[in-house]
Amino acid sequence: MKLRQGQFSFLPDLTDDDIRVQAQYAIDNGWAVSVEYTDDPHPRNTYWEMWGHPMFDNPDAAAVVFEVNECRKEHGGTYIRVIAFDSSPGWESIRMSFIVNRPADEPGFRVVRQEGEGRLVRYTIESYAMREPEGARYA
Amino acid sequence: MEEPRPTHVDLAAAFEDSGVREVLEELDRTLIGLAPVKSRIRETAALLLVDQARRRMGLATGAPTLHMSFTGNPGTGKTTVALKMADLLHRLGYVRKGHLVTVTRDDLVGQYIGHTAPKTKEVLKKAMGGALFIDEAYYLYRPENERDYGQEAIEILLQVMENNRDDLVVILAGYADRMDRFFASNPGFRSRIAHHIEFPDYGDAELLTIAERMLDQQNYRLDEAARRAMSEYIPARRGQPHFANARSIRNALDRARLRQANRLFNEARGPIDADTLSTITEADLRSSRVFRGGLDVDRATGQAGASQAAE
Repeated sequence: MKLRQGQFSFLPDLTDDDIRVQAQYAIDNGWAVSVEYTDDPHPRNTYWEMWGHPMFDNPDAAAVVFEVNECRKEHGGTYIRVIAFDSSPGWESIRMSFIVNRPADEPGFRVVRQEGEGRLVRYTIESYAMREPEGARYA
Repeated sequence: MEEPRPTHVDLAAAFEDSGVREVLEELDRTLIGLAPVKSRIRETAALLLVDQARRRMGLATGAPTLHMSFTGNPGTGKTTVALKMADLLHRLGYVRKGHLVTVTRDDLVGQYIGHTAPKTKEVLKKAMGGALFIDEAYYLYRPENERDYGQEAIEILLQVMENNRDDLVVILAGYADRMDRFFASNPGFRSRIAHHIEFPDYGDAELLTIAERMLDQQNYRLDEAARRAMSEYIPARRGQPHFANARSIRNALDRARLRQANRLFNEARGPIDADTLSTITEADLRSSRVFRGGLDVDRATGQAGASQAAE
């Protein structure tokens, strides 16, 4: 099951050139672009591992593509995303976030039902990948 | 999806449209002398225009190698030309942004194991989309110390120069003889650099014109006697150690401005006009120690030359 998180996730996977154009848009708007990776695909997993520092002073997006490819060498089997942080007052938040790399095999999520008091049922989801310990997911 | 290929190209029109003409004209106007450098740049521009035309007609594939080396003595305008070069490549569409990042060994090579690679990569990333100017590039290679981290920086540099050829242009600069030795011991560099441009020294008359132009930019001028003094100063300075062409002239003018300010301060009784404020007189130049035999005189009297360190 293909993970649908962030921008462009319903489109075919982005090519390096697509990534460059999108990152350039962020840079031209003055946002700091950074690369992050994780092997925990849960949608509420907000804080992914940082790949290097956010790129505050690179005028050209080729640097972003370069870092994405460096990250792929090391963490090619996990999810990698590019995010753009807007530091201007009032925003101070992520403006863009899109996945640029995903594992070859994405097992998807299962629904977990928990019986509560009375006939209450709590629902949650859990990725099948999360059954393996960290680092052993996605082979 | 591809546009139909044109059957003809109009090189003259391409030349006009690309804005290369403005860069070349600006180069002619703002840079004095350097005739061989200018002709090399014009040749490079022509090559790139033709390459662009060929590519549009489907005759050429892949970007040409644009990495360059600038060799010449200090103060011959290497950095200035590199700036213009970045602009030129930007207008021709070979680099996307056209900015110039100037670095030396310190910016690339780290202090301890594992420090060099991130540092070099950081610099390379900053230069992507533009040109990376490595001043005194031969310092990267220190043959006397085989554990020097410079070698690591060189390897990363070579790798990026090869793999990210479309993303950045690397310009190496330095003295001719030391650059030759550097290339001899790093054949990888030599083969990846297509354009070697040599910067000749300036003639005395050229330096005088440069001096006047520098002053003009700061709204100063030389009076007639000062002009004569300057034209004597230049050959005298050339004969002394640490002569750095235009940079020496700039330093001399900075010191002359200092003396002029001092003179005005001591002499002025009552209001002075703009003309006096902007005129450098003979006295301001003649009191230079260059006319008294140069730096050695100061050494003997124990005043280590601060200006010499600045050169």
